Amino acid sequence: MRNKLADIIYKTGSKNKKICVLVADISPAGSMSKFREKYPNRFINTGVAEQSMIGIAAGMALRGFKPFCYTIATFALYRPFEIIRVDLCYQNLPVTIVGMGTGTVYSTLGGTHLTQEDISIARSIPNMNIIAPCDPNEMEDAVKYCCNNSKGPIYLRIGKAGEKTFVNKSSDRWQFGKIRKIASGKDVCILTFGPIIKKAFEIKDNFKKKKITTEINSCHTLKPFDLKGLKKKFKKFKSIIVIEDHSEIGGLNNIVKTAAYEESYLGKILNFSLKDKFIHCYGTQDDLLNKHGLDTNKIYKKTLSILK
Amino acid sequence: MISKKFSVNKSKKRCLKYRKRILDISQTVNAIHAAGAFSALEMVDVIYHGLMRKKSKNKFIDTFLMSKGHGCISQYVVLESLGIFPKKYLDTYCTKEGKLGSHPDYGLPGIEASTGSLGHGMGLAVGMAHADVVEKKDTKLFLMISDGELQEGSTWENMMMAANLELTNLICFVDHNGSQSFGITKETHPKFYPLKEKIVSFGWECIEINGHSANELLEAVQNRKTKKPLMIIANTIKGKGVSFMENKPIWHYRSPNPDEYLIALRELGVSKK
Repeated sequence: MRNKLADIIYKTGSKNKKICVLVADISPAGSMSKFREKYPNRFINTGVAEQSMIGIAAGMALRGFKPFCYTIATFALYRPFEIIRVDLCYQNLPVTIVGMGTGTVYSTLGGTHLTQEDISIARSIPNMNIIAPCDPNEMEDAVKYCCNNSKGPIYLRIGKAGEKTFVNKSSDRWQFGKIRKIASGKDVCILTFGPIIKKAFEIKDNFKKKKITTEINSCHTLKPFDLKGLKKKFKKFKSIIVIEDHSEIGGLNNIVKTAAYEESYLGKILNFSLKDKFIHCYGTQDDLLNKHGLDTNKIYKKTLSILK
Repeated sequence: MISKKFSVNKSKKRCLKYRKRILDISQTVNAIHAAGAFSALEMVDVIYHGLMRKKSKNKFIDTFLMSKGHGCISQYVVLESLGIFPKKYLDTYCTKEGKLGSHPDYGLPGIEASTGSLGHGMGLAVGMAHADVVEKKDTKLFLMISDGELQEGSTWENMMMAANLELTNLICFVDHNGSQSFGITKETHPKFYPLKEKIVSFGWECIEINGHSANELLEAVQNRKTKKPLMIIANTIKGKGVSFMENKPIWHYRSPNPDEYLIALRELGVSKK
């Protein structure tokens, strides 16, 4: 995903001289180093100083630039939080904060590097937009959107590198602010976002053996959320499954359940989110997810039990 | 850069009028931070009348960013006297009918950014100054920070970046009144000093002057010796001009009562009308 990010920024930034990149001591992988070499004035490394990264980006945005601020998500969002709130959100400036390695992606680095509550935090600030693409393909659309955006701040929540592509020809086209159907099905609806969509596909394969068809949706825009689109899912499905690599507080789980209450939805909703607990575990990403109940098999079995 | 039309005497007269206007407003609302505004007034006047180059009437080539947002009433009265703020703005200060609160909001005429939370201005100024360098614009960015903002890590992070980016177009005034909400900085935070050495070690040119002297302020900018970003430690008196307000932390926020208001006017040598 990060390579796609760098590619699109490089391509768009070659034409649009208002695009600039600020990083906080993160290695400029792939095309990012090309951007740095070719446009040294529009590439700033603030060092290990995230508040500075956001503050300078805000200043540049006040002058008409479209900055991308890029580092590991915990440091991109949590560390300079109040600068984001005041400089970017209160002033409503078109700055994209790219949070890399979100959720449990940095599975061996410990709790300081895990991002369980970023969406919850970012969602609560007025004017903030949140996009979390599910694969490199969706990443491309999202970054293009951010490059052309002039409306306000965006938190772009991404994985790391080497993610598989799940979007295919039969998927809906990407549209900011719209739930996107990635795979079709009739019996159960999965709502998810980010690279954890791979679990949705594993579950879909399992259900297929039981002749149960699964619709998979990428809820890539977490804010503003597509409540109209969600209403349609409530009408169409009796069982909805939420899978998210994020805390059960303030993320997709809350969005869906609040809307379900508002809409008097009578179907069943199961959520598989990270628990409201810090993660003291090292290993593969699956090891961490399993500890929080996001085990593919468990999700499959629990879901099956409500379908019967 | 310095306006040839600038007159120190006229500046003094203007500053007296600003102080009077602020005291008048202080009688309608509590939230005014008059003392912190009084320490900054001469600087704000010199920036607008002596340093910022004009494109046309009330349109400037250069930028002034007030990072010490709580002192914004000092900027408001100058913007009003220049006609950038209509009079009704200050007449409705801090009321539901009005547009102005006790911290400045981005989007108002003459206000470059929303400030009030300390430690934000330096980053914004570095970004703006760098953006102008990228676009090869011949502009100056005048920033005012409080001395308290030099206790914020973010200010120093951005000072490092200003020096890294070689922002010769950035000129920062520190309103060094030595007094904060909690007390006198020298007593509450002794290791805050020495200040100049710290600033110089971050790659800035730094000079320390009397912040109430228009001449010294202008000379500090005129006589800069390097191409480094310039920081002017302007030694000021919080509450300058009103003896009972001077350097008393209690006046950081409160407004004078009607009796104190009359005494203040008398001390300034201005009449009520």
